[in-house]
Amino acid sequence: MKKSVFLGALAVTGMIAGTAGAATLDDVKARGSLKCGSNSGLTGFAAPNANGVWEGFDVALCRAVAAAVLGDPQAAEFVPTTPKTRFTALASGEVDMLVRNTTWTLSRDVDLKFTFTGVNYYDGQGFMVPKALGVSSAKELDGATVCIQTGTTTELNLADFFRTNNMSYEPVPIETNAEAQQQYLAGACDVYTTDASGLAATRASFETPGDHTILPEIISKEPLGPLVRHGDDEWADVVRWTLNALVAAEEFGITSTNIEELAKGTDNPEINRILGTEGTMGEMLGLDADWAKNAIMAGGNYGEIFEKNIGESTPIGLARGLNAQWKDGGLQYSPPFR
Amino acid sequence: MATTTDPKGGSFRLSMLLYDSRYRSATIQIVALIGFLILIGWLVSNTVQNLAELGKSVGFGFLGERAGYDINQRLLDYDSNDSHLRASLIGLLNTLLIAVLGCIAATVVGVIVGVLRLSQNWLVARIMTVYVEMFRNVPVLLWIVLSMAIMIETLPPPSAFRGEDPAASMIVSDSVALTNRGVYVPEPLFGRMDEEGAYTSWRHSLGDVHLFGDSPVRFDVSLDLVAILAILIAGLLVSGLVKHRADRIQNATGVRPRTWYWRWGVVVIPLLLLLWVLGFYLGKPELRGFNFQGGTHLRNSFIALWLALSLYTAAFIAEIVRGGILAISHGQTEAAAALGLRSRRIMSLVVLPQALRVIIPPLISQYLNLTKNSSLAIAVGYMDLTGTLMGITLNQTGRELETVLLTMLIYLLISLAISGAMNVYNNSVKLKER
Amino acid sequence: MSDLSYVRKDMLPEKAPPVSEVGAIGWLRANLFSGWFNSILTVASVYLIYTLVSSILPWLWSPTWSAGSLSECREIVAELGKEHGGACYGVITERWQQLLFGFYPQELRWRPILTFVLLFVALAPVLFTDGVPRKMLWFTGLYLFLAPWLMWGGAIWTPLLVIAGLALGALAFRVLSGVIGALGATIAAIVAPILFWLFLVGPLSSALASIIPLGIEVVESRLFGGFMLSVWIGVVAIAISLVLGVVLALGRQSDLMIVKYLSVGFIEFIRGVPLITLLFVASTLLNIFLPPGTNFDIILRVMIMATLFASAYIAEVVRGGLAALPRGQYEAADALGLDYWKSQRLIILPQALKISIPGIVSTFIGLFKDTTLVSIIGLLDPIGLTGSIRADANWNGIVWELYGFIALLFFLSCFTMSRYSMWLERKLRKGHS
Repeated sequence: MKKSVFLGALAVTGMIAGTAGAATLDDVKARGSLKCGSNSGLTGFAAPNANGVWEGFDVALCRAVAAAVLGDPQAAEFVPTTPKTRFTALASGEVDMLVRNTTWTLSRDVDLKFTFTGVNYYDGQGFMVPKALGVSSAKELDGATVCIQTGTTTELNLADFFRTNNMSYEPVPIETNAEAQQQYLAGACDVYTTDASGLAATRASFETPGDHTILPEIISKEPLGPLVRHGDDEWADVVRWTLNALVAAEEFGITSTNIEELAKGTDNPEINRILGTEGTMGEMLGLDADWAKNAIMAGGNYGEIFEKNIGESTPIGLARGLNAQWKDGGLQYSPPFR
Repeated sequence: MATTTDPKGGSFRLSMLLYDSRYRSATIQIVALIGFLILIGWLVSNTVQNLAELGKSVGFGFLGERAGYDINQRLLDYDSNDSHLRASLIGLLNTLLIAVLGCIAATVVGVIVGVLRLSQNWLVARIMTVYVEMFRNVPVLLWIVLSMAIMIETLPPPSAFRGEDPAASMIVSDSVALTNRGVYVPEPLFGRMDEEGAYTSWRHSLGDVHLFGDSPVRFDVSLDLVAILAILIAGLLVSGLVKHRADRIQNATGVRPRTWYWRWGVVVIPLLLLLWVLGFYLGKPELRGFNFQGGTHLRNSFIALWLALSLYTAAFIAEIVRGGILAISHGQTEAAAALGLRSRRIMSLVVLPQALRVIIPPLISQYLNLTKNSSLAIAVGYMDLTGTLMGITLNQTGRELETVLLTMLIYLLISLAISGAMNVYNNSVKLKER
Repeated sequence: MSDLSYVRKDMLPEKAPPVSEVGAIGWLRANLFSGWFNSILTVASVYLIYTLVSSILPWLWSPTWSAGSLSECREIVAELGKEHGGACYGVITERWQQLLFGFYPQELRWRPILTFVLLFVALAPVLFTDGVPRKMLWFTGLYLFLAPWLMWGGAIWTPLLVIAGLALGALAFRVLSGVIGALGATIAAIVAPILFWLFLVGPLSSALASIIPLGIEVVESRLFGGFMLSVWIGVVAIAISLVLGVVLALGRQSDLMIVKYLSVGFIEFIRGVPLITLLFVASTLLNIFLPPGTNFDIILRVMIMATLFASAYIAEVVRGGLAALPRGQYEAADALGLDYWKSQRLIILPQALKISIPGIVSTFIGLFKDTTLVSIIGLLDPIGLTGSIRADANWNGIVWELYGFIALLFFLSCFTMSRYSMWLERKLRKGHS
């Protein structure tokens, strides 16, 4: 890589470079680092802190994958992408996987040639309004000015929602969450619409969150998940099962604190299989036996990651809701490790 | 005998292609052309190969598909059921609008500032210098986001106009509202139909003519506007005739007849009459529901972009104007002063016309820059060509190659059109040398 | 008869000029109140300045340098009892390093700083032609290889081998010019190093590095950010585009029709489209245009497009320089019997480039400002970083302080450069008249 960087800088040619071929897993191992496409800044999901270290819910998933493949959560590198550049970054091989609140849709899966490897957050598009507006339902928003982030599925949902309810609105397209927030707080738009999680995250950062309310209507399904390039099934499996391992770990009560204990062997064969003390799951995936253990140790299980970054103890304060374990009435459900 | 060939003979050796100056230039050119073609071929074959690998096909069929998104500022009718092509057209018109208005504003501000920088008033000249340096040395993108932030943060939201004792109020006898969603100004309207489809008075609008049926380039022509333009042009023509006659009389007798009331009258009176017949009135904006309704809404994204682009470009134009004025030799000014012209007349009659020759070429490139910089609209959510075709359309359809190339092509055409038009103008004001 | 009552024998002492014509009052009258129109302008300007200053100054004066979050700032400001709020400088204290260096590793930040300082040393012989020994030009040449190495790091062998490639080219020229003539030697001198760079530098460098591991830590370009990124993109693009620009300018001035039209076509195309579309090409299309498997990171791709962009503008600047050169210079070169390349190299270009320096500096200023556009394609330049910083819950909702800080930095650097360029222009004008 360093050579291509150097020669590229000299504009010698465009020939020597790493390949974006089919075997992403081998590339990642050879490179010793995992490149993740991330949001360039969304509170709680992905943002660099003052030291330039990326943090957040989506970031944690990347770190888990890095830990599973390379054994080191810090081996994940983050490439900030915008809604517009994210798919190209993935398709061109600039990133190995994309975890950027990306909605799983048919056209993205089929037409844009990506493979979604699961859902790390079940979301839906909602509306946030100031309480002072006295609006209690999205159906009352006829004629309102609505702030939307462009380049996402939200603007299509919004157009459809207002059209089917025979209402008019004034869209204010906005590039980043920070700008949307600025406009919304200044009253330049009456309503801010985006994924409900984003709304909660945004509201949490307000000076007086209590003055704003998120309307009950959720107008779309937004399953957000990690995605990889189409046609590289081995790599897709690694990402898919890393996410599953995190979810399963929560189900079986494997946490970052008791994992060392459990890794010595337990009575539950499924825990043993996940943690690599039994069976050859890691080998099947082309990883080390303790891949899942590393992934869980990176940031904890799914529940821990959730609580640490966006859960109710954080300023963002999202309830688990749909993202609770299936046993608790949520949708997070890992297929068996068998 | 080593050789018997005659050096001037017709025999041709390959090395002559390189060493004979008769063929050399042709050789170099052909090599360059072949190199260029190979480069193009290389790029195309790479593209084809890459696209095949990604499983994508190239085609412009997506332009006919349903766009699905809404655009707030539209000069022609559009809704989310229209095609991507229609959406791009709306974006293109927005680009052209901001470019034209921006060029006009930048020229006006630039000329004023450029002249004021040479003002004898020390303070004014200093302020203008500060303005020019401030705007020239900070990126235009920063100015755009800053002016957007100023619009949003300093102006009151529409809700501030509500209630018994509103925090903000409309200006210009309650007809203009400055809000952080933009500026609402009265719009010109003509006699309209009531709910039953009957005109409330015999003075009413002529209506619209719809062109191109249902196609993506359909648009309505307002007959009122056509009538107004026709009357205006006719009035100006008559006014020109009057002036011509006055010139003739002045040439013949030396006395110029007073004609100003004629020249204004033939333009203004028919126009006022027509407006009266059409039932012209101003529709004032009113606070209803969430927003102001009625009137023309100049959105804050539009105003921010317009202000930032014009002020930024004006700083450059001011320097060009100043340079142009300074390039006129001092003797010209003194000669004009000796003729007894006053300083403002010296400027308008002697200095500026000459300075124009120096000013026009760099001015053209500033207009081009402004037009190109208008693509930064994307930073404030003004839906221009970059925001529609290369923005949402690109994102919703995933057609990077087609949309980006099409966008570049359109901008290229606009640029070529501007520089072509301005070159024609430049040739017409050029000093005709003997 | 000699009783003329009064004859002045000595001069009257000079009277002081009237108070209204000299001193502060005189100056005021001459410069601020010379007529009713000017007076109105003056009063209006004073009012304008007063309004601006009185609304901005109280806001600016705000002792919030140590605040750790926006809410802390608000508390401090509220304690001071300010009506219209105050600036929150805590964000600058906390993030200025990020705004300057992006994510460049803290302990390695001496490298960009050194590169930046050396840039001036390298530029000195070019920018200040007198007073700096010409030998310094060698350092300028060396800097071209030193700077990327310092920024990106890696084995020392790679830049050394790249220089060796140049030496190889020179050698090929020397040896072959006697054998196959000047033109063939020139072609060989161009082709040999390119082949060397393409196919030998990579393996040779890793081989050498495995024998003698001499180098500095690699820093990947995705860690570049903030002002460093803007400067670096600008510097790299201008440096390379100088070469391309000169070639394009010569092509445009050339008598060879096809070469001329190719150059004109390229220049007009690049100048006719907005930079943002070229950046979109960099971010979405460049990888599609290049051979399958090629994968430059986004910053390199942006640099490539910025270079192409700048080269079209540099070409126009150089063309201006070529056109400004008196016709006699061309004719004199012809009269000496120099061929095209010799006359360009020895007579035309040195002079044309010298008078183009102010234009080149302006192009650089423009490009430097335009690098902020990379924020639109998601790179974390200063403007891009404002978004990330505002995504931090502590600094959510901060606007003016960040924009102000960035604007100030841009202003300082661009203003200095433009002053230099004006100074140079004046100096050159003197030199030619």
